Amino acid sequence: MNAPAYNFAYLDEQTKRMIRRAILKAIAIPGYQVPFASREMPMPYGWGTGGVQVTAAILGPQDVLKVIDQGSDDTTNAISIRKFFAKTAGVATTTATEEATVIQTRHRIPETALNANQVLVYQVPIPEPLRFLEPRETETRRMHALAEYGLMHVKLYEDIARFGHIATAYAYPVKVNARYVMDPSPTPKFDNPKMDNCPALQLFGAGREKRIYAIPPYTQVVSLDFEDHPFEPYRFNAPCALCGAENSYLDEIVTDDKGGRMFVCSDTDYCEGRQAAGHHGSLSAAPYKEKAQEASNG
Amino acid sequence: MADQNLVENDEPLLVAKCLSKSFGRIAACRDVSFSLYPGEVLAIVGESGSGKSTLLQMLSGQLAASAGHVSYRMRDGVTRDLAALGEAERRFLFRTDWGFVHQDPAQGLRMAVSAGANVGERLMAVGWNHYGRIRDTASDWLTRVEIDVARIDDAPRTYSGGMRQRLQIARNLVTEPRLVFMDEPTGGLDVSVQARLLDLLRSLVAELHLAVIIVTHDLAVARLLSHRVMVMKGGRVIETGLTDQVLDDPREPYTQLLVSSILPP
Repeated sequence: MNAPAYNFAYLDEQTKRMIRRAILKAIAIPGYQVPFASREMPMPYGWGTGGVQVTAAILGPQDVLKVIDQGSDDTTNAISIRKFFAKTAGVATTTATEEATVIQTRHRIPETALNANQVLVYQVPIPEPLRFLEPRETETRRMHALAEYGLMHVKLYEDIARFGHIATAYAYPVKVNARYVMDPSPTPKFDNPKMDNCPALQLFGAGREKRIYAIPPYTQVVSLDFEDHPFEPYRFNAPCALCGAENSYLDEIVTDDKGGRMFVCSDTDYCEGRQAAGHHGSLSAAPYKEKAQEASNG
Repeated sequence: MADQNLVENDEPLLVAKCLSKSFGRIAACRDVSFSLYPGEVLAIVGESGSGKSTLLQMLSGQLAASAGHVSYRMRDGVTRDLAALGEAERRFLFRTDWGFVHQDPAQGLRMAVSAGANVGERLMAVGWNHYGRIRDTASDWLTRVEIDVARIDDAPRTYSGGMRQRLQIARNLVTEPRLVFMDEPTGGLDVSVQARLLDLLRSLVAELHLAVIIVTHDLAVARLLSHRVMVMKGGRVIETGLTDQVLDDPREPYTQLLVSSILPP
């Protein structure tokens, strides 16, 4: 009865070999979308089926897994994927960025700088950066093959014409290794500079669209822009209300129906780490905790 | 300078030799040969099904010929066979040195993006990377095709038929091509809009010294725009010559029929 019901990390070995081959090809051609035979996973499309398959294919028994969803380690999606691999692969899991060897992410790159022993796996909904401008797959493939990327600038032109600045705030197109234009998945453009020359391997899996692509370590990643409208990462102009960080990506949290709001780090691990190290923000609960403790002691 | 121009104009820009295309048993186009010189406007006329559009597609490299070949003198002065060009080269030629004006502007324009981006697309495709300059060039071209610059940020789907067609022309001419293909550019427009468009085309063609191959069933368009006319019937060229000569003194019975079927004004 205690015999394992699943192969290590859920997928069978043949499937993992197939995915690894796609990953190797993706690493060999940075930014190129490699088709692969995506499997049905025990979760709905849009919940990270692509990322989960890539993680399953690269995970080893010694790995330590961290899963982030919109920067947070404790949302439903992050918790269930972490539990999934804890159960099917028996690997150690963590929420600390420094301790993890494989980090599966949705929509964020951790604030803590990654190192060469880590792999970052992105969940990608729509891998094709040209899709909304050119609906034909045959045509977009030809455009990638011939490096015809004028159309990508048409999108940026439209932004400036309509809003006066490049208003694309997430899934901001990048050029990888001076060749392929790539969709960095719906990460905020704040995270784009972190992709450039990153020591960690970055893998992207799109389950529904059946594509895998990659940025090898230390690869040049350039955000597209115009000479007179250069790329600018966007950040709310406020410190984190909990840890006071001035340089992290912030979530806006609406606190009442009278316009009240607070800004907090979207990377919960980073924020908690800073609070543990004694940093406080304007709305930090920590001082109250201390006061409560003093009251009970006294 | 003038001499050099003369020498350059002496050599044909585009040469078609024995072009044929058959779809199964149907021969859509048979044995068409001609030369087109820089700055020359050639009209291909004939009824529907006479092979005009098939010929145009072969000439513009969009359709492979069953027999014969098309050669084109590139900007560097070397004449090359279109079939021998790589796909990348052909596509580059298509968006720099050539233009293609479709009958239906929706085919030639991106209906969902603004007019400015439509005109600027070719510039961005050849590596322009300065928003201000792209926009200035786009506004300049909108003015030249008589579109109000205030509408530069509107999508062409909000434009009238005549404006769309003029926008399509601006989009094609922005890279200063030497050869423009036109497939019934005035089809579906009302008469006054047609007249204005033809007037605009005529001045642009003269001003930019464009070579044009225009496919039309409207003999009035051929008379107004073209220097030479080719009459097609059943896939063959049955008569060719100077426009006024062919239209005023048609030799072939079919051409006579075509000319006489124009309603008197």
